[in-house]
Amino acid sequence: MEEKQAAVQLRDITKSFGPVKANDKVWLDIYRGEILALLGENGSGKTTLMNMLSGIYFPDEGQIYVDGREVVIRSPKDAFDLGIGMIHQHFKLVDVFSAAENIVLGLPEKGKLDLKAAGKRIREICDTYGFEVDPQQKVYDMSVSQKQQVEIVKVLYRGADILILDEPTAVLTPQETDKLFAVLRNMRDMGKAIVIITHKMHEVEDLSDRVAILRHGQFMGDMLTKDTNAQDMTNMMVGHSVTLNIDRPEPEDPKPRIEVKGLTVRSIDGILKLEDVSFTARSGEILGIAGISGSGQKELLESIAGLQNVEKGSISYIGDDGSREELIGKDPLTIADMGISLSFVPEDRLGMGLVGSMDLTDNMALRSYRRGKGPFLDRSFPRRRAEWVVSELSVSTPGVATPVRRLSGGNVQKVLVGREIASAPKVLLTAYAVRGLDIGASYTIYDMINLQKEKGVAVIYVGEDLDVLLELSDRILVLCGGKVSGIVDGRSTTKREVGMMMTRLGGGKSE
Amino acid sequence: MKGTPLFHISKRAALPWYQSWGIRLAAIILALAVCALVTTLLTGVSPIGVYVTIIQGSFGTVRKFWVLLQELAILLCVSLAVTPAFKMRFWNIGGEGQVLIGGLATAACMFYLGNRLPGWLLIPVMILASLAAAGIWALIPAIFKAKWNTNETLFTLMMNYVAIQLVSYFCNVWDRKGSGIVGIINPNTQAGWFPVLAGREYLLNVIVVAVLTVALYAYLRYTKHGYELSVVGESERTARYVGIKVERVILRTMLLSGALCGVCGLLLVGGTDHTISTTTAGGRGFTAVMVSWLAKFNPIFMVLTSFLLAFLSRGSSQIAQNFGLNHSFGDILTGIILFFIIGSEFFINYRISFRTGGEKEGGSNA
Repeated sequence: MEEKQAAVQLRDITKSFGPVKANDKVWLDIYRGEILALLGENGSGKTTLMNMLSGIYFPDEGQIYVDGREVVIRSPKDAFDLGIGMIHQHFKLVDVFSAAENIVLGLPEKGKLDLKAAGKRIREICDTYGFEVDPQQKVYDMSVSQKQQVEIVKVLYRGADILILDEPTAVLTPQETDKLFAVLRNMRDMGKAIVIITHKMHEVEDLSDRVAILRHGQFMGDMLTKDTNAQDMTNMMVGHSVTLNIDRPEPEDPKPRIEVKGLTVRSIDGILKLEDVSFTARSGEILGIAGISGSGQKELLESIAGLQNVEKGSISYIGDDGSREELIGKDPLTIADMGISLSFVPEDRLGMGLVGSMDLTDNMALRSYRRGKGPFLDRSFPRRRAEWVVSELSVSTPGVATPVRRLSGGNVQKVLVGREIASAPKVLLTAYAVRGLDIGASYTIYDMINLQKEKGVAVIYVGEDLDVLLELSDRILVLCGGKVSGIVDGRSTTKREVGMMMTRLGGGKSE
Repeated sequence: MKGTPLFHISKRAALPWYQSWGIRLAAIILALAVCALVTTLLTGVSPIGVYVTIIQGSFGTVRKFWVLLQELAILLCVSLAVTPAFKMRFWNIGGEGQVLIGGLATAACMFYLGNRLPGWLLIPVMILASLAAAGIWALIPAIFKAKWNTNETLFTLMMNYVAIQLVSYFCNVWDRKGSGIVGIINPNTQAGWFPVLAGREYLLNVIVVAVLTVALYAYLRYTKHGYELSVVGESERTARYVGIKVERVILRTMLLSGALCGVCGLLLVGGTDHTISTTTAGGRGFTAVMVSWLAKFNPIFMVLTSFLLAFLSRGSSQIAQNFGLNHSFGDILTGIILFFIIGSEFFINYRISFRTGGEKEGGSNA
């Protein structure tokens, strides 16, 4: 790279949270006219580092230079004054306000609020970079990708020319991702410095000019993207070599296990969440569920698990001997009492699947505490089970008496999945089982799910990463706005086809 | 570096127990020093004299020591009562009213049945009536919470005033002289008075509360019910996910909470006061909230925290008496001490890092 002045230089940045060093003497250079991918596993300190640059955290040690000048960033306002803007994973928009109102919110402009002028400037920004934002549109009417665009425009409106995006594609469809990348390339070509935090390898290869890698809070090095490849980057990120393949054994003797017919679900406010959904999940098979987030995935799994009020339809459990049991109208306890072993790994691990402040033993007890007669709780059985999960899934924890909240995301998920498969289920429902997990932990989870499939479990796997869904699933059911957009064969379909079906019923044109 | 903030606050990892108790101890010592300063400046009395008086308030005579034990037992009883609800994150601020209703039911039994039922039957009837009345009183906000998710804090708080008015009404009904004050009930027959054990008026109360403390500890810690209510408290969604009937747990736990308050009312009316007034509960329903919180909902620690509060309150009265000061002066000292104790929790959970030259631990109190 030719000699040029870095827009931002981070030197020896250190930040600790209690005994954990989230960042340890990190060096990083960010240049204008370049897209930098900040790559690292979960807990490697990517977001922490960028939060210090955008004024959310304050570093314990180290210096930050902007355009060669040492600066102190105490608050997000300081960061904005230096032209640094961050787009967070969770949007911070006021739902009942329009795009323009959200964008000007909090700006210390004198005189009265001139939304017209603001609208004009917003349109200019949109035209320059290729955004599609309507200043008058209310945020509650927007899709996730539109909200994200508003967030980016908000930052640009404030004059940022160093943009940081924290996992911007986590919530987007493949088509929306392509659009976002085009906009980011435009901004780069106009001389902005862009940092994107991610752990998706193909995005790094697709988009970035340079990649910087963090591992356990330490800076492992940076390189030009064109000089490296996915395997090398992964090895650097993880610290040892990892095979990037997901097994997909052939299903053995699949038999119908769960039959859903005409399932219709409304939320408490009467909004239609699922409409006339029908499908069959078979034993020894992984049925993937794809769809934009909020297309009814949660309601579908919760209906099967007995946690959702259903308006219409039927869900039958078909036993080994062909007997049928209706699951609708039964709560989880009744379903278990009927002798149906149904396990559910919900999306919200610490808010639903586990209790964060309780230790491993007590979390195992969630499923087994009713065992035994008498008023007293038997803790020896869940303790043995916790010990089994810890050793079987190599959960890294000081012991079974540690509150699960203290564990890392990957280990929390291992505890949850471990508990759910420990009861030898017939049906396994998983929602976003690898969300937020690093590569190593994700592959452990895929292996665990495959093992269940080989044992003859009917697995329903709700996922968001299409690459993984396509590699893991035997069949994929695509949801679009609460309806079944289609069920395709996982071995023969393409990402593009599934992506089209996610946004339009049946995939649009040819139906 | 110019413009660097002077210090910043960050969350601590869990401290080992000796450090956190060290911080608490330091807070109490600091609080006593500030109290001494305030005392000397405002009254000119020697602070040592004040401290000696505080201690005398509780330990000066055998009689005073028993009064301390009685205060401790009653306060601990209400604190134990609200704890299962708190553990379930159901903010039962209605301890005051529940105690009064329990006491009112006891007094009613003594008044109407005292001379009709034989003693062996009367006392079980009193126990049953007070537990049931206070339990049902607590169940009302629980039903609304379980069915319609109403705010339990406001609901239980307002129920206190209803209870006070009810007691006030019955005081007027039962008072034969028209002064609105119920005198000692059954002074001659002593019907419904609890037996005095070993010649110690308060011994029975102390024993009952000691048994309750151990029982409640075991209930919360080792039973399925205790486990269920902690799950509901931590996360209702998790509870539903594993099939716990959340509504049922809320109702059951509040029934228990109320019934325990009823025990307190029973002990106060049947065991010690033998009368009832609107001040029978004496604000303990509110003090109990603090006792329970300071002890992190652990019944065994609550023995310590309720001792501390009872000790301070006895000491305050003694100061007022000995130095001819207003009773409020004692309250000022109690306030200062509580401020420091509660404030010390901040330093246990957070640390303050100063930027000038390396890291420095925040002191125990600022």
